[in-house]
Amino acid sequence: MEGFRMALDDMPLLLKGAWVTIEVAILSIIFATILGLIFGLFRVSQSRILQGIAKTYISIIRGTPLYVQIIFFVYALIPLIRDEPFPEVVSGVIVLSVNAGAYLCEVFRAGIESIDKGQREAGRAIGFTHSQTLRYIILPQAIKRMIPTFMNQFIITFKDTSLLAVIAVAELTYTAQTIYAINYQALAYLAVIGVMYWIMITFLTYIANLLERKLI
Amino acid sequence: MIEVKQLTKTFGDNPVLRGIELNIPRQQVVCLIGSSGSGKSTLLRCLNLLETPTSGDVLIEGRNVVDPKEDINRIRQDVGMVFQQFNLFPHKTVLQNITLAPIKIKKMDKIKAEELARKLLKKVGLEQKADAYPASLSGGQQQRVAIARALAMEPHVMLFDEPTSALDPEMVGEVLEVMKNLASEGMTMIIVTHEMGFAREVADRVLFLEQGIILEDAHPSELFTNPKNERTKAFLDKIL
Repeated sequence: MEGFRMALDDMPLLLKGAWVTIEVAILSIIFATILGLIFGLFRVSQSRILQGIAKTYISIIRGTPLYVQIIFFVYALIPLIRDEPFPEVVSGVIVLSVNAGAYLCEVFRAGIESIDKGQREAGRAIGFTHSQTLRYIILPQAIKRMIPTFMNQFIITFKDTSLLAVIAVAELTYTAQTIYAINYQALAYLAVIGVMYWIMITFLTYIANLLERKLI
Repeated sequence: MIEVKQLTKTFGDNPVLRGIELNIPRQQVVCLIGSSGSGKSTLLRCLNLLETPTSGDVLIEGRNVVDPKEDINRIRQDVGMVFQQFNLFPHKTVLQNITLAPIKIKKMDKIKAEELARKLLKKVGLEQKADAYPASLSGGQQQRVAIARALAMEPHVMLFDEPTSALDPEMVGEVLEVMKNLASEGMTMIIVTHEMGFAREVADRVLFLEQGIILEDAHPSELFTNPKNERTKAFLDKIL
């Protein structure tokens, strides 16, 4: 029980780590949403080239493990294009955004395509352009349907932040690792952060369910 | 005002329209009849380029919808369309359904657009439903809103694609009534329909289509009582 007492004493440090986890997750999902929307629109555009770009992006991200994407970006891609590394948090947010963006892209595409084609026809027939039809008629309906899947992706990305420990982002998992590397109380610290993750995820799930019930 | 020249449309290996020639003057009310698969809906949808013709020309007030140099979105503003499945925007109220296009496309002032919308709702007998959402309306009411929505752009011609086919029988009358009034105001109308009574009463001209060809083109009194073509006769015998 000694270990658990130490872990509780270190709670301010762990909470700081948890805060970084929350920040990284929120920033990543925001950028991922922007990427997902842009590439999702590419995916449903009338241009073969834009469709191809989006498909390639999705295929690469979905076809490789996130862990490999993280170390590839930080240890292979960054040294290739610049002398100075990015701050760890910045790298972490970039990789998670690009990763979640690819999944959200498919969420957007599926959402857009789930809207009855009569809606598109009604919009076009009255004189709206392709993009006006998307903006005023298709997207408002599609986004509402996407919210449950979107929240699901947010929860996945939230948990994925723990993989950023490998590139020394000072989030919750990394914080715990650095402490138990010194005091050897792995069991206590890992158990404590496990509970902390569980509390945060449960809270998020609760919010997601609330949104789902309010909106549908 | 509408000229169709040598129009063909092929879906894969399947020719749906095989050389349509058609001239429709202003204020004429034309009904397209024929069995399903005859190409009547496809012909209608080629008029505003919801279907792209395989070959041929479609001129609306002299503007060729097939010509890529023409602004199709501009032409469509003058061509109202009413669909079998209504296709109202479910996330908008009745009033917003009607004002959306005038506000966003014609940059009409919101107050003015709402005034116009209420006037049109009165015309279709639904002024008390302005703030309702489409899902709370009956099929007949939804279709009447869809007509008002199309009229809000002040179109020069209205296309109707089986406007009453998805309706319960007791709601068909209210929609036909609105269309009848529209016809009497001088609107140019092209209507794909199975309502032979309506065609007989309101149309200036009835076209019978079969296998992508206009087989008969006559005044309803002529076409319904004394069809020239054997296949028109067979079709009418089957449904009347």
